[in-house]
Amino acid sequence: MIQLKDIEKVYRTDRIETVALADVNLTVAEGGFVSIMGPSGCGKSTLLNLMGLLDAPTKGTVQINGSPIASYSDRAMAALRNRDIGFVFQVFHLVTDLSVLDNVQIPLLYRRMSNADRRTHAEAALDRVGLSARMHHFPSQLSGGQQQRVAIARAIVGKPRILLADEPTGNLDSQMGDEIMSILATLNREDRTTIVMVTHDQQKAAQTSRIVRLFDGRQVN
Amino acid sequence: MVRHYLVLAVKVLLRRKFFTFISLFGISFTLLVLTVIAAFFDHALGPGQEEPRQRRTLYMERTLMYGPHSTSGSSGGFKLFDRYARDLPGLERLSLHENARTVHTYLDGRKISSTLKRTDDEYWRILEFRFVEGTSFGTADVAEARFVAVINVATRDRIFGGWPALGQTFEADGQRFRVIGVVENVSSLRSVPYADIWVPYTTAKTDAFKREITGDWSAMALAKDKASMAAIHEEFNSRLLRVELPNPRDYQALVAPFETRLATFAREMPLADRKDPDSQVWRFVGLFTLLGLLFVLVPAVNLVNINISRIMERASEIGVRKAFGAPARALVGQFLVENILLTVIGGAVGFVLSIFVLQGVTDSGLFKYAHLTVNLRVFAYGMAFAVLFGLISGVYPAWRMSRLNPVQALKGGSR
Repeated sequence: MIQLKDIEKVYRTDRIETVALADVNLTVAEGGFVSIMGPSGCGKSTLLNLMGLLDAPTKGTVQINGSPIASYSDRAMAALRNRDIGFVFQVFHLVTDLSVLDNVQIPLLYRRMSNADRRTHAEAALDRVGLSARMHHFPSQLSGGQQQRVAIARAIVGKPRILLADEPTGNLDSQMGDEIMSILATLNREDRTTIVMVTHDQQKAAQTSRIVRLFDGRQVN
Repeated sequence: MVRHYLVLAVKVLLRRKFFTFISLFGISFTLLVLTVIAAFFDHALGPGQEEPRQRRTLYMERTLMYGPHSTSGSSGGFKLFDRYARDLPGLERLSLHENARTVHTYLDGRKISSTLKRTDDEYWRILEFRFVEGTSFGTADVAEARFVAVINVATRDRIFGGWPALGQTFEADGQRFRVIGVVENVSSLRSVPYADIWVPYTTAKTDAFKREITGDWSAMALAKDKASMAAIHEEFNSRLLRVELPNPRDYQALVAPFETRLATFAREMPLADRKDPDSQVWRFVGLFTLLGLLFVLVPAVNLVNINISRIMERASEIGVRKAFGAPARALVGQFLVENILLTVIGGAVGFVLSIFVLQGVTDSGLFKYAHLTVNLRVFAYGMAFAVLFGLISGVYPAWRMSRLNPVQALKGGSR
């Protein structure tokens, strides 16, 4: 499903060069539930961004479904992200000016789809995360856990095969965090959605089928 | 999708009230100025009530004589048109009129000043006046030099106290005329139809004007059809080579082209080559466009800056949209929709303001009888300006934003 080969990511400024990732080789099989762990600044989010095609490696290749991404144009990558990848962020990144329903529809705006279909899909996604009753609310009217559930609904509304979650429970208390983990586990189990999750939390990582550990930009297992 | 963009745009504009106010102020003020200028042009040069045949009418208002050391500009002379223009090919009608001049009427110890124009009968056939009393003078009136006059409503009010004036007489410029027609007032900004009093040119105190090549006369040539207009222009220019100039030692060439209304105006503008008999419209349009763009540039740059900061505040939204597969084109489209909405609102505000300003100009009496209004054509100009303005000020920030790296955008936008 996702294959990273000899990945290196270096950030360069005028004065310094920072190696964020080096010699990373990782394959995530279809239907896998993988967590990435490691201390702050070890390259976890960078790795997730490379998998999500939000950034390009300095060296090495990223393959999604067997196709090397380097050959893709920006437009083709945008289309691939839209179709196959969903994102959940630690800070939710909901658009504050839009209602819950409109937020969830965002990925569908970039597909050929009628307004009515978009709405039906968004309502179904909100139903899955238990937020149907809040679809006309605005993000500021929701708790952190509810906002993250909206973010998950937005990530899954387009039925992507891959879900990338960057510390999805990092800003939530333990009960809300458990709720989010339960939703992710259900998606993985019932829909066979491939999930890669960055986390600091050993307990949450233990609920996934595989843990990848990073230290100073290198895999340690 | 557009509905989604519009909903978001309205919310963003309402949330950022100060930015919205500053943007709207800049847009509406700029559009106000442009719309008022457009209204003036439309009023002065467009095909109005009195000039319905303007699209196939050519005008000759200014001549230029020049030699190696001298140039002299003036209106045309009666002889120039009478002798060289009457039988031009493709001509349906030719009308000559003396330039309007101020004359006085003394009534009960009061001096009443009016603008008088001496002209011929064809003048009334090419132009279209709204008569409230009587009719215009005809061929016989001109041929027999009858002292008849057409006056406008304002002159009727001043001289006859607003009472019906048909058949009444009045004195102007030391001559007594009988009123045979009263027309609605014509704006002083429309130089050809404008006057307070029109009388047959044959009533002039002297006929010395009939021997002048240059002088105080203008001509209107109504072409049979649009295709004949070029032939009239070309043929008259070629005939000018045969004209005996009044002072051949100083002047060797005469430029006196029959041109469209806009071209006669363009000829008097800066950068026009007055020695070139061909149309100077493109120079005028170029100059006017350049000035217009410069005028629009300052608020547009300002708006670009405001837009950039407004958009960069929403970097995380851009990051999210990119992450979920928004192509650059869709993001540019989204922010253009927002910007065009803003400028269309600004345009509408500017449009309403310009109605008040034009009403103020009309009420001020600064331009006699001018009734400046924002008509549908000017409204279309205004909206076109607004959309153009929206595009100019929105494309660059939208393009720059659409190129943000999604990871950087999600972190807040700094590159």
